[in-house]
Amino acid sequence: MPRASTKRRFTAGAALVVAALMTTTACGGGDTEDDSKGAGYNAGINKVANPSKKKGGTLRFIAKQPIDSADPQRAYYGMTWDFMRFYTRTLVTYDTKPGEASNNLVPDLAKEKAEISEDGKTYTYKLRDGLTWEDGSKLTSKDIKYGIERIWATEVITGGPAYLKNVLDPKGEYEGPYKDKSKDKLGLKAIETPDDQTIVFKLPKPNSDFENMLAMPSGSPVKQEKDTKAKYANMPFSSGPYKFESYRPGKSLTLVRNAEWNESSDPVRPALPDKVTVTFSTNKEENDKKLMEGKYDIDMNGTGMTQSGRISAMQDHKDNVDNMETDFIRYVALVTKTKPFDKLECRKAVFYGTDFAALQKTRGGKLAAGEIAVSPLPKSIPGSDPSYDPYGVLERKGKPDVAKAKDALKKCGKPNGFSTKISARSDQPHEKEAATQLQQDLAKVGIKVEVDTIVGSESSSITGSPSVVEKRGYGMIMAGWGPDFPSGQGFGQPLWDSRFIFENGNYNEAQVADPKIDKMFDDAIAAETPEDAAKIYTDLSHRVIDQAVWMPFLQEKNITWRGSRVTNVYTSAAYSGRYDYISLGVK
Amino acid sequence: MLAYLIRRLGAVLVMVLVVLLTTFVIFYMLPKWSGQDIAVLFAGKNSGAEQLEGIRQKLGLSDPLLVQFWEFVKGIPLGRDYGSGDDVTHCGAPCLGYSFRTELPVWETVKDALPVTLALAGGAAVLWLIGGVTVGVVSALKRGTVWDRAAMITALGGVSMPIFFTGMIAMGVFVHSLGWFSLDDSLTTGDSIGTWVETMILPWIVLAFLQAAMYARLTRATMLEVLGEDYIRTARAKGVTEPVVIRRHALRSTMTPILTVFGLDLGILIGGAILTETTFNLPGLGQEAVKAIEGKDLPMILGVTLCTALAIALANLVVDLMYAVIDPRVRLG
Repeated sequence: MPRASTKRRFTAGAALVVAALMTTTACGGGDTEDDSKGAGYNAGINKVANPSKKKGGTLRFIAKQPIDSADPQRAYYGMTWDFMRFYTRTLVTYDTKPGEASNNLVPDLAKEKAEISEDGKTYTYKLRDGLTWEDGSKLTSKDIKYGIERIWATEVITGGPAYLKNVLDPKGEYEGPYKDKSKDKLGLKAIETPDDQTIVFKLPKPNSDFENMLAMPSGSPVKQEKDTKAKYANMPFSSGPYKFESYRPGKSLTLVRNAEWNESSDPVRPALPDKVTVTFSTNKEENDKKLMEGKYDIDMNGTGMTQSGRISAMQDHKDNVDNMETDFIRYVALVTKTKPFDKLECRKAVFYGTDFAALQKTRGGKLAAGEIAVSPLPKSIPGSDPSYDPYGVLERKGKPDVAKAKDALKKCGKPNGFSTKISARSDQPHEKEAATQLQQDLAKVGIKVEVDTIVGSESSSITGSPSVVEKRGYGMIMAGWGPDFPSGQGFGQPLWDSRFIFENGNYNEAQVADPKIDKMFDDAIAAETPEDAAKIYTDLSHRVIDQAVWMPFLQEKNITWRGSRVTNVYTSAAYSGRYDYISLGVK
Repeated sequence: MLAYLIRRLGAVLVMVLVVLLTTFVIFYMLPKWSGQDIAVLFAGKNSGAEQLEGIRQKLGLSDPLLVQFWEFVKGIPLGRDYGSGDDVTHCGAPCLGYSFRTELPVWETVKDALPVTLALAGGAAVLWLIGGVTVGVVSALKRGTVWDRAAMITALGGVSMPIFFTGMIAMGVFVHSLGWFSLDDSLTTGDSIGTWVETMILPWIVLAFLQAAMYARLTRATMLEVLGEDYIRTARAKGVTEPVVIRRHALRSTMTPILTVFGLDLGILIGGAILTETTFNLPGLGQEAVKAIEGKDLPMILGVTLCTALAIALANLVVDLMYAVIDPRVRLG
């Protein structure tokens, strides 16, 4: 046999194998293990997809990013708070209803919402009957007090929100339960427990958002004998319908039914599945494929699918997709201490020179990136005014107004423009690209921007440190922000109140120091009704925009996968637009 | 021989210490020198002054660098106590500290991740060594034939294709499209051998393909060189049969440089096959390294670095010792 023929045959065979491989790969990801159809496109937005009361089965989450801590007093990620309702309860919690109705607080451990004294400083709760821990012991008001006291133990209990501590003990007099000399370790004076069924909070100053603060997991009870301090995060003791079966941080977590949980004491949690599993897996593209194959049900991170994942999902499985609106705002803070942004007109030039539509496109378009935002407060926050648009951004459909930008530059004494630096996080999807886009847009009006990328995990010590910001010469900081609880205080106080400018971990990145804004926060926090507070927050948000210190550009949206077998699926504004995990069941 | 071994082990120890100190300085001091406060990295969204002080205390960040480093090194053979007064946590030997992120002892995490990486590296190493060397030897013996050319072209392809590419194709075809394999996302030592093999088989093949290609080329080149040596000609002239010439004379010499590279490759892989583990979602040391670096989890970074340094140093030591076995001309002393 001549050699040429063998060669040709070999080449043909190799080509065939490669072609077969490429074809099968290209077609990959289309088949589903679970053939049942999804409930429909956007079926989980403002309504319940696959409503059902069927109990049993295993709900399977997958997540790229692990939870920050399983300890209720130490968690700060929105997804962790959403998940924690499986195993921890609070005096009040967010309603299990779709959309913005979820922002309403309902009693959880408490029989009713708080009885508030006339001066707004005393909150009294009576507990429900039949509250239990996972060992069957009675859950009392002292357990709630002890849990909250743990927030004071800052040498061990790190990472969680400090709202309750700052409101109840602004001078920081209490040292926390681990240094508490009293016998029962319940020395915090601002909380009283006259009996096992009653708990009383005494605030030095009224705060209209106090119940929202109690609804955070940091307001959860912890049983003193079961408090393993730092190790509590590895196996928390359950007060909810599920308890930990196993937990390998950063790898997997399994919850099983807590047989001691008393259903009649908990009108909030339907507790449908028998088991809840979470797999933490770092390859996000693979995770999307496995969701589409039916190997997992829900992405616990709730931050949307990857680009390849969403294209495939929108083309082949649109009925399994929700285009959820989050309460996350993408923004650029204009650092008022960095020249020339100390001048209002120079800041306004950025507002006029920015191509909002191009930023939206760069981040993935209307569906995957979200709507152009002109209000600094997300839509679900009472007081948000999405129509207030003094720079005419919406009128121009997001396009820049070069003439006005140049005019503003003249007014600020920089007719030929100026140079500045913007920071963007390299590990945040599309952030660097958005900053580069902004660089191109602003160059057209004469503002030369240098893009400086930083690592996200370091941002709190770089952009969060005014001295580092000064040293590096940042004039603009690009980032994203979501509320801790649905109010102007819960969203905006760390961003715009001058008393929140810290040398480290500072989120008032623009270094806004406006006495009028500070006073508005005080007035809103002390307001008698939420409606009164909302009015003040509207004025406050107008002032932030008028002062051009903080430029929102998108209210984020996600393309999110909803498994076909999952029941009772709806997005909850109280959990940043994620699905309300506690309500989910499986077919 | 014993003196040689002790000397080499001493050198391994010094090298590991230097690597650790360098890592310590890079991750601890560089942020500090650029004005960042490390405590803030661990405070999350809430970073009041008190909270930061608590973190500094807990992590011992106020101590001088060398003290912190010494405490860390001392903890490895002796274990270590964290905290003071009533609040003391004992970290048993080998204590590599506690992860800043998960609060678990680093050793626990390393212990969990190590079997995955060992299985990955070990299985793949067997495949690529046997495959690569065999293909290389046959190619060298059949120099210029279709077999030789095909093998070398395939090898060139293998060397040129990055693992995330071949890995992705393999996953797309065999996992997602054909469904032949189901990969376990959170492999533990408690899982059955079947689960381990099913999860590992694709990563083994993909990783071995890349490495085997390199070894085939290396073996072929070395083998051709050796086959041209005078002593091979002499052996043949003395009437030694060809298989014996190849096996006992040529292959032995060929293996010396191959083993040198093999020692390094295996060591690096045991330190963490980052790309393979990420592509196939294998919870090994490589993934732990990525997570630790992303999260600025210094104790975890140190733990993984220690493993890598140790693995590379020990693998090299074993290779050096094997030289004497393979090549009688080498004497240790």
